[in-house]
Amino acid sequence: MRMIARKLSLYALTAWVAITVNFLLPRLMPGNPVQTLIGQLTGRVTPQQVHAIELSFGIGLHQNLFHQYTGYISQLFQGNLGVSITLASPVSSILRAAVPWTVGLIGVSTILSFIIGTFGGALLGWTRGSRFDTVIPVATFFQAVPYFFLGTVVLLVFGSTLHWFPVLGAYSPTLTPNLSWTFIYSLIRYGELPVITIVLSSIAGWMLGMRNMMITMIGEDFVLMAVAKGLPRRKVIMHAARNAVLPSVANLSLAIGLVVSGALLVELVFNYPGVGNLLLQAVLNEDYPLIQGIFLVITMTVLAANLIADLIYLGLDPRTRTEAAV
Amino acid sequence: MKTLRLPRSPKVLLGLFIVGFFLILTVIGPWIAPYNPSATNFLPNLTPSATHWFGTTSLGQDIFSQLLVGARATMVVALLAGLVATALSVTIGVAAGYLGGPADEGLTMLSNVFLAIPGLPLLIVIDSYLPVSGRSNEYVIGLVISLTGWAWGARVLRAQTLSLRNRDFVEASRIIGESRLRIMVTEIAPNLLPVLASSLLFTILYAIGAYVTLAYVGLTSTAVWNWGTMLFWAQSNNAPLAGQWYWFVPPGICIALVGTGLALLNFGIDEFINPRLRASGLSGKMRRRSGLPRRPRLGFTPVLRTPRPTVVTARLSTSSSK
Repeated sequence: MRMIARKLSLYALTAWVAITVNFLLPRLMPGNPVQTLIGQLTGRVTPQQVHAIELSFGIGLHQNLFHQYTGYISQLFQGNLGVSITLASPVSSILRAAVPWTVGLIGVSTILSFIIGTFGGALLGWTRGSRFDTVIPVATFFQAVPYFFLGTVVLLVFGSTLHWFPVLGAYSPTLTPNLSWTFIYSLIRYGELPVITIVLSSIAGWMLGMRNMMITMIGEDFVLMAVAKGLPRRKVIMHAARNAVLPSVANLSLAIGLVVSGALLVELVFNYPGVGNLLLQAVLNEDYPLIQGIFLVITMTVLAANLIADLIYLGLDPRTRTEAAV
Repeated sequence: MKTLRLPRSPKVLLGLFIVGFFLILTVIGPWIAPYNPSATNFLPNLTPSATHWFGTTSLGQDIFSQLLVGARATMVVALLAGLVATALSVTIGVAAGYLGGPADEGLTMLSNVFLAIPGLPLLIVIDSYLPVSGRSNEYVIGLVISLTGWAWGARVLRAQTLSLRNRDFVEASRIIGESRLRIMVTEIAPNLLPVLASSLLFTILYAIGAYVTLAYVGLTSTAVWNWGTMLFWAQSNNAPLAGQWYWFVPPGICIALVGTGLALLNFGIDEFINPRLRASGLSGKMRRRSGLPRRPRLGFTPVLRTPRPTVVTARLSTSSSK
């Protein structure tokens, strides 16, 4: 339990750092861009909204920084992330519509990539030195390709040239979201290419890490013992793989942040209605309240995912549990 | 001194070749570019030909020249960010591992916080607030990238320092009365070299990705040619949908090749650190020559050994240095 408490306090601290960065950046950067932006706003939004934006960026306030800070945090805890400049509606309601798409897309891709990569890596480690080793440079190449570039190529080849997959958007534009089978089928079909892109880009890391651990494990005595006992090969592989997978699971929480960073851009390429697409639109339109709201929500979601990954690791590795009990 | 025996596996040689090629391109790229990359005095949307190897953009700029000129900014920013971030990782990681106690707690907490915040969104937020003068300066961008990229290296280096801290030779210099700083710099740092090299390669890899992504999103100056701005212009002119593969594929392939080269070099370092990986990295022909079994056998991980004369000198030098 001590380990959970440690992790919880780390994530709480991280959340606080993210919030504070968000608060300080617009106030400390020289030549505040928000100030010039507000000048162009007249006529596009109501005076109340201009006032709300000014408040959330500390413009025209005759308070000291500490007062502004406590006010900012209390607003956050009430779920108030400010008002989007271009969309002229509360950032929190815009995000509520976008977050499920991103969580679904990245969640499914990460789980698939972890499972396939780990199994593939275990087999690569077992058959080391054979012709299967040629997979390694290929996988490395896919890992080095930027996600958004791979997405563009995949979109061009399989989407708009071969027409194997429907592209652009999250479901057929003729449908409205509901729980019917037609809609779910369309959802899956439209999700296939983005998921394939993210899996292809992120799988190599899992595969190589698992392969290296597997090679190290195979040299251990307990594997030799398992073979000497006459266990079938399949069981021996599982025996070694179960022990080799622990570092991968331990790294899961670190890798999530990297995958999320890359996957946000895949949404842009496929015009997927998630947070990544929203973030890049916000950057283009210099919609600062939206940029900041998205940054906070992404960070909080990643922290929650990290915590889940840590709990899984805790459940898998008995050594961490005994350490926690001491 | 034991001589560094670089692994001879084909993967590492390929990595060395790729990285070397692009380093040369970084230096000579702008000199050998046939045209000015920004000049718009050609016919727009030309397909690849002998005069324009990768065709022209929809503004009539030569794409091959953009690729050659862009190599410099891309590589320089990546190298700068990689070096600065690694310097930060060494300082923080080695200090945390060696000092221990509350200093370690604090520094470890700091790097864990930076690891947990997703890098790209943080980078985008910081970058979107940079004043225009900062955003158009590649060095400022490189420094911001290094701020978000040091934490992983610091973590790995701290772990390695911890394992070195209680070895006999460190203990010995502590007993002689060497200062902490001197022990850190002269005893511990040299033994961190393989880990340090690997973390430098990873950070450069991260920096290339981050820089290109920022440029692609439009958060760097579009007047500076790098592979990311090329992709930005290709995307904003709908090159992928128009089938102009010769516009957006070359910069993407270059980015991927540099990344692959760095990762392959890193395999070499892994094989250097872990002898079990070293033997499995060789091709069949090299295995036979080194007298290893053709197929790996269970329980007997083949370990590559140095030829006899080298072993003798290594022994001599170790005993004389003690």
